[in-house]
Amino acid sequence: MSATTVSAAHAVPYSARRKGRAARRRRWLIRVATLLLSVVILVWTIMPIYNMVMVALEAEGDVFGEHIWPPKPSPRSFWIVVSQGYWYLEYFWHQFGNSVFIAVMTTLLVLSIGSLTSFSVARMRLKNGWLITNAALLTYVIPASFLAIPFYLIMNHYGLHDNPWSVIAALVTFATPYAIFIFQEYGRSIPLELDESARIDGASPVQVYFRIYLPLMAPALVAVGTYALLLAWNEYLYQFLLLSNKRSMTVPVALAQFTNSDQAPWNYMMATAIIYALPPVATYYAFRRRMSSGLTMGGVKG
Amino acid sequence: MASASVTLIGRPAAGRQSLWRYWQGGLHGSEFVWAVAFIVPYIGVFLAFVIYPVLYGAWMGSSPHLYSELFSDPIYQQTLVNTLLFLAFGVNLKLFLALLLSGFFMQPGWWIKTLLVIFVLPWAIPALPSFISIHWMLNGEWGLLNNTLYILFGIEGPSWLNQRWFALGSAIASHIWKWLPFWTVILLAGRMSLPQEVMDAAKVDGATGLRSFAYVTFPMLANLYLVLTLLATIFLLGDFNSVFFVSGGGPANSTHVLATLGIRDAYDMGHPELGVAAVMSALPLMIPLVIILMRKLRTAEVQL
Repeated sequence: MSATTVSAAHAVPYSARRKGRAARRRRWLIRVATLLLSVVILVWTIMPIYNMVMVALEAEGDVFGEHIWPPKPSPRSFWIVVSQGYWYLEYFWHQFGNSVFIAVMTTLLVLSIGSLTSFSVARMRLKNGWLITNAALLTYVIPASFLAIPFYLIMNHYGLHDNPWSVIAALVTFATPYAIFIFQEYGRSIPLELDESARIDGASPVQVYFRIYLPLMAPALVAVGTYALLLAWNEYLYQFLLLSNKRSMTVPVALAQFTNSDQAPWNYMMATAIIYALPPVATYYAFRRRMSSGLTMGGVKG
Repeated sequence: MASASVTLIGRPAAGRQSLWRYWQGGLHGSEFVWAVAFIVPYIGVFLAFVIYPVLYGAWMGSSPHLYSELFSDPIYQQTLVNTLLFLAFGVNLKLFLALLLSGFFMQPGWWIKTLLVIFVLPWAIPALPSFISIHWMLNGEWGLLNNTLYILFGIEGPSWLNQRWFALGSAIASHIWKWLPFWTVILLAGRMSLPQEVMDAAKVDGATGLRSFAYVTFPMLANLYLVLTLLATIFLLGDFNSVFFVSGGGPANSTHVLATLGIRDAYDMGHPELGVAAVMSALPLMIPLVIILMRKLRTAEVQL
């Protein structure tokens, strides 16, 4: 069914030109197919999210029941989470703060390291800069989870056990390559003559970087910043391995601890999950347009 | 730096000095120092957090008897099968659906645009909350999926996570759920960047529907599609979350993939070397992939 819809997308202006019953029937079929497919996509996309909301609105006993709508919906679970009113949630805001700290630090470091590197390689044309680009490309294609075990042991060598900076280091390592590509790709649209004329007027490389490069790169900085923020918020494995103390761990690590127990308070967990998911969703929709162009640059061009 | 400024004055450079100038490229004096200073942070990150762990991991997994231990482990053999199935279905189903859906979302209309905004949600929501929710949704007794099946259609659904193939299928479906929007958006952008003149010319020549897709659109997208397939394969190999949270590797360790088995061997079994060996056993697949991908990415830069 999907195949016909794709072809239909190209055929619409076409069949419109032809007249007659066949064309009209065809248009009608396309409309029905589009509608059906829309419903399928909607149900597929929404179901796990709906499940999250439904369970969060249920009372403890009702979680284990055969219904598809909460019998007595109440926002109590959200209140319990926000007021830290359950023993596994006792450090919720502290852990939320850890998540924010890690995400913000990762974003700032990715942006500064990435932009400095691509400024040097692409704008100042450092000789053999392609080596750096290739190193970044290589890092981009190593799956992060494959490096987790040696990374964990090395963090002990560096004395960063149970330290948020070890997580930040991991996230910066895996997010910066993407930043370098996007910055190099985006930088191509900025004429090099701007830098040169500033240099002739006596500006130092540092001044060119701050006064010319960074302001002109603002859209790419926003796209990459959003990407890094979402990456940090999405990441679980490194946070789980590197943070073990209740006070140093982040929200996802604390949340995941409770899936394993038999007494998992599903309604509180889902309320926590929704609160945790809100900041990235808000960020994503705020920067959606820039994100997708950034994504495309990365996806299409590496 | 002194020697550098001397060569600038115009003395014919020779020997060590010419080598020095070669390394500087077109930059001179303080400019070169700044250019190097700007890349130092990244080089530091790369050496400390990529090269060192890679070498350390290679050293940990270098002993041959680890591999004989690994290959004789029945859980590992199952894991290999799972990983290959995960790759075959996860990558191809996901990208094929993304290709079709990108055509769907090319249609005009407010409804399609609104649907796209909703469709992207799984990608924006962090992995862990959604996967935990899916895990609970698939619960055989109290999960939303079986409740819906029962109430709407009177079907008693299976307990999805208690049987190997259902559990693996659930993990693959969850992975597709989470990542389908990402690849759809990329393919959508790829379609939009196709030259409009070619599409118009094809229309004038009478290419419609499936034919225009098969002979015009797809050939122009083929290179992008190939690059995305390779990239998706590598990303999927490293996907830990969808298996770990949806099926948890269960029942009875029958649905692990390499990424989760490595962590299980290293932490649950307390044998980090074996975990590294499990991950390293993906290298015969990874190295050719990475080589092709790195070449392709460079040519893609020129073509697209």
